[in-house]
Amino acid sequence: MTAYLIRRLLTLVPVLAVVVTVVFLLIHLIPGDPVSVMLGPDATPAQIQATRQALGLDRPLHEQLFKFYARILRGDLGQSYFLDRPVVTALLERAEPTLVLTFAALLVAVVIGVPSGIIAAAYQGSLWDRALMLTSLLGVCVPGFWLSLNFIYLFAVRLGWLPAAGYASILADPVAALRYMVLPAVSLGFNQSALIARISRSCMLEALQQDYIRTARAKGVSQRSVMWVHAFRNALVPVVTVIGITMAILIGGAVVTEIVFNIPGLGRLIISAVLRRDYPVVQGVILVTATAYVLINLAVDVLYVFIDPRIRYG
Amino acid sequence: MADLGARPTWRRYAARNRNIAFGAAILTVVILAALLAGVISTHDPRRLNPAQRLKAPSAANFLGTDEFGRDVYSLVLHGAQVSLLVGATTMILTSLWGIVIGLIAGYYRRVDMALMRVMDGLMAFPAILLAIALMAARGPGVGNVIFALSVVYTPRTAMLIRSTVLSLRELDYVQAARALGRRDLSIAFRHILPNCVGPLLVQASFIFAYAILAEAILGFLGVGVPPYVPSWGNVIASGKNVIREAFWVSLFPGLALTVSGLSLNLLGDGLRDVLDPRLRVQ
Repeated sequence: MTAYLIRRLLTLVPVLAVVVTVVFLLIHLIPGDPVSVMLGPDATPAQIQATRQALGLDRPLHEQLFKFYARILRGDLGQSYFLDRPVVTALLERAEPTLVLTFAALLVAVVIGVPSGIIAAAYQGSLWDRALMLTSLLGVCVPGFWLSLNFIYLFAVRLGWLPAAGYASILADPVAALRYMVLPAVSLGFNQSALIARISRSCMLEALQQDYIRTARAKGVSQRSVMWVHAFRNALVPVVTVIGITMAILIGGAVVTEIVFNIPGLGRLIISAVLRRDYPVVQGVILVTATAYVLINLAVDVLYVFIDPRIRYG
Repeated sequence: MADLGARPTWRRYAARNRNIAFGAAILTVVILAALLAGVISTHDPRRLNPAQRLKAPSAANFLGTDEFGRDVYSLVLHGAQVSLLVGATTMILTSLWGIVIGLIAGYYRRVDMALMRVMDGLMAFPAILLAIALMAARGPGVGNVIFALSVVYTPRTAMLIRSTVLSLRELDYVQAARALGRRDLSIAFRHILPNCVGPLLVQASFIFAYAILAEAILGFLGVGVPPYVPSWGNVIASGKNVIREAFWVSLFPGLALTVSGLSLNLLGDGLRDVLDPRLRVQ
């Protein structure tokens, strides 16, 4: 297991190297002179020259890349142009809302998705199955940000049950935090619950067709026990993969949901940085989220061993 | 020989598949609406008319008007043009790049390692965030949206083509062609690519759907096509500001987006069922 973990961690090195290189190259994708674009039309030639030197853009490309790697390895993501603080500080300040939203949405997605898939599989071909699968197909197709707007209109504007937008820290005021989080988490999680439901259903159906299920039924094992003990445990491995993928997708989705609900997280940070051409912040946010994405995938792989004893890593 | 025998069969299955029929029918309506937008729209979608702002749906404005007095029905029709243009172009570009990269990686083991690490690295970014970052560098515009989404979605197609090539290259008839002295390029075009068409079609229809959605998200966030271009994402974004007074501004472009996504998902699901013989037996 330890050897497997070390091997898996080593495979992350080239992936993260590519991630850092892509993040580095972003500045060089800016059409024309990046420094003029960053500083805007009012910049003087002296300012442009000073910034170019400060960013090291006057050095050869490979030297710039090397320095960028060295900086990232030291945990230095640079200085924000507009926020007047290091990018790392800005990221830490904004991480809490994004993390809370991602986990809340994941909870919604799993709580709706897994039981829906199992019910649909247990009653395959029934009205329940068809209704659940139609809902999940719609769930896959409905754009999350549009669903959010409709939820705001229905539950905040018309019914007045929940606040339309805003955020409260879960540590400072848990009740207010919950009220603010319900609509964002449900609208972000609903899309993903559809995916989880579809995968859970197909995995359960596949598991239910296996010989050991027939044997269990022949022995007179109850339907409940067949479903939960025999079929569900074997269907769990692909479902866990999807939950892992879901979490990674939710990080991206959270950006959009934060804009709709005015949540001061990483999503709002990156969008305002894009609009103000604050490139170090843009680079910092995507670097951190990509790293999180990669680590989540690793965690999912490691989880397999605990869920499925048949998988053994040497 | 194998694909010659298989071709009429999957076409027959495709014609009988309900998902494909529904998906294709809805998609045809959306394409027609986009093509005929200039003819069937009732107003100029860019014309500002403050006197008519936030009017509810009526006979004069079928789907109401937005905060600038623009006709939502005409905006939705013209928005379809942008969505389909971005979706279709992204689909074509990702397929072409995916084929080239996938074939090279599947065929030449020496570059395979390097190419796949780059693809892994690109797939390590949450798709929408990478697209946002690329838009940050390139600036707003339809061309840049297509560029950003192509970069984001090409690795998926490349991986798919590579894995198909890897499984095909060891098959007897490919080995036989090689033994007969056929060159790599000829084997790739005559024997390998025709067998990649099925998985590629399925993947392409899903990428079409993702690209339409991603374009709308970028527009909604204000980092996609410029705000004056009528696109579904831009209209939904302008509807967000007036959701309390005029829910219809965001409702209808969102419905159009959902229906288009549904049609492409149905099409993709149907094609997968038809092209995967294991599913066909069930």
